[in-house]
Amino acid sequence: MTALTQAPDRGGPAQPLLEVTGLVKHFPIHGGLLGRQVATVRAVDGVSLTIRKGETLGIVGESGCGKSTTARLLMRLLDPDAGEMVFDGEQVGGTDQTGGVTLRDYRRQVQMVFQDSYASLNPRLTIEETIAFSPQVHGVSAREARERAHELLAAVGLAPAQFARRYPHEVSGGQRQRINIARALALQPRLVILDEPVSALDKSVEAQVLNLLVDLKEKFGLTYAFISHDLNVVQYISDRVLVMYLGQVAEQGPVEEIYERPAHPYTRALLASRPSMDPVKRRTAPPLTGDPPNPVNPPSGCRFRTRCTMAEDVCAQRAPVAAPLSAGHEAACHAVLPGSGHSAAPRIAA
Amino acid sequence: MSAALKPEAPAPLVRARDLTVRFVNRDATVHAVNGVDLDLAQGEVLCLLGESGSGKSVTLRALMKLLPRQAKVGGSIEVAGRDVQAMSERQLADFRGGDVAMIFQEPMTALDPVFTIGRQIAEAVQRHEGVSRSAADARALELLELVQIPSAKRRLAAYPHELSGGLRQRAMIAVALACKPRLLLADEPTTALDATVQIQVLLLLRELQEKLGMGVIFVTHDLGVAGEIADRVAVMYAGRVVEEAAIGPFMGGPMHPYAQGLLGATVHPSMRGKRLTTIPGAPPSLEKEPTTCAFAPRCSLAEPACLAGVPPARMVGPDRMARCIRVPAV
Repeated sequence: MTALTQAPDRGGPAQPLLEVTGLVKHFPIHGGLLGRQVATVRAVDGVSLTIRKGETLGIVGESGCGKSTTARLLMRLLDPDAGEMVFDGEQVGGTDQTGGVTLRDYRRQVQMVFQDSYASLNPRLTIEETIAFSPQVHGVSAREARERAHELLAAVGLAPAQFARRYPHEVSGGQRQRINIARALALQPRLVILDEPVSALDKSVEAQVLNLLVDLKEKFGLTYAFISHDLNVVQYISDRVLVMYLGQVAEQGPVEEIYERPAHPYTRALLASRPSMDPVKRRTAPPLTGDPPNPVNPPSGCRFRTRCTMAEDVCAQRAPVAAPLSAGHEAACHAVLPGSGHSAAPRIAA
Repeated sequence: MSAALKPEAPAPLVRARDLTVRFVNRDATVHAVNGVDLDLAQGEVLCLLGESGSGKSVTLRALMKLLPRQAKVGGSIEVAGRDVQAMSERQLADFRGGDVAMIFQEPMTALDPVFTIGRQIAEAVQRHEGVSRSAADARALELLELVQIPSAKRRLAAYPHELSGGLRQRAMIAVALACKPRLLLADEPTTALDATVQIQVLLLLRELQEKLGMGVIFVTHDLGVAGEIADRVAVMYAGRVVEEAAIGPFMGGPMHPYAQGLLGATVHPSMRGKRLTTIPGAPPSLEKEPTTCAFAPRCSLAEPACLAGVPPARMVGPDRMARCIRVPAV
């Protein structure tokens, strides 16, 4: 039996690692005496994104914007209601007849790290058993899987002799998150989906784990999808950033574009909501009022218009399509979409 | 120390001396707070800054005598000139909610799910001010308007689960302010909120604090939050205050190595592409009371003298205290 190796690159560097188009996931709400469906949570409503090989795509947004549902869809822990996923040029969820990559193969190449480091580990398995578990499922011998688990523990900065035989409750939160990262790497994945991996950690530990993630990406040739509500952390770690609002993509682009030339009013408000870190330059007025609306009943047209200072009639009538701004930078806002009818929109050249 | 920081101030609103808290059970004793001195003037905002397990929330709860029975509290605590430790249950019932109120991180667990927001505010008013139900209801409406809840009249009849996270937090602030407390204790009240809502609640708290002239002790782990709201910060580590300073000089350059590490480890925009500085290791377990500098094992400046005893609180600048022998005293 041979050890697992990372699956080879099939499509070449120009082929995106993961291309997702029109991803939709609605959750029904049942209620009443007969348990009929009374409403629908539109958690993810038409998300298209591309993750290029070797990059880190940051996904930001507030609670309820659908970023965690998107993560679970990307991992295929949830089945999308609609939408296509292409992994390195191959359709995800194929069979021998239709071609494409099977879910089993896909899930070996894509792994995930969750926010709650404790809930995502089996409390009855020792740390080495946890890390060695999935390679054994994929046919690696127990001895080899254990050796590999020790290598991975060392790679995430935990001495194997000290930690391998412990149980999850015997280590600290930062150490548990390192174990989760080691487990995600055990199958030699190509894409790692990190869903708020540092949000539950103290600041000094957060910095340690972020440094580790940067090192591991280099060492194992990984691609990351990094989901977070912390704009500073996303700016630090990402190459490209995608901003979500109520189940849709508001804006996406290279990290410098998003942070220095944000085009969508929601992105600007999010950036302006960060504490200033300078007591002399304190904020005086909040950039946005109110909470995000309920995704059960999103506003018509542009979903952000109820909190947007630039909203006009056209924003209630039509949902904006993504307007290209510069290479790879696009925003779904009528105010930047040429010919949208918004008073701030650029004119279409005749 | 901080008493010396403000020699001209009148009797402080809060004065704690050598506060210690131990949690004792059959297997172990946890030394959560190990000698904290705190002073807070009327109308001042002090941030207790620290990571989980530093003793900041326990200190806050001790000020209101909210700790469970198995907690052994030592030292002296005076709030508004009254000895909190010596108060009877009856006196405490008037004291809590009347002179001092607390807001929490999770409004859903702090508010009662089976009563409307209006009823919960009015109940506090009736209990402390002995007014009629209709007067209390009118006051509840005023309070909801004070915390800027839109369509306040309609929201009086709402149950906590019917409100969004930001509105629930505002409702909890309204309950806390119901009897015009002189001291507001805030335990990470914005940590669970989204960024765009967090800044709204911070600005609201600052506005209310100025309007009502309250003293506020605000517990947070977030330096950015402290920068937005604090007049003064006290950084806690392993149950002790290791640095205390006015917010401006502190954000400009912390002096204690732990506080420096904390600022260095906080990700901010200029750090892109650089390696983050981290604090190696993890905080001590506190099953034994630290008898040396508790930060020494993680500190890059540590020397043998650091292990000779607990570093004394020393003045290291105007209005500035640090517990570190490597920081020169003035």
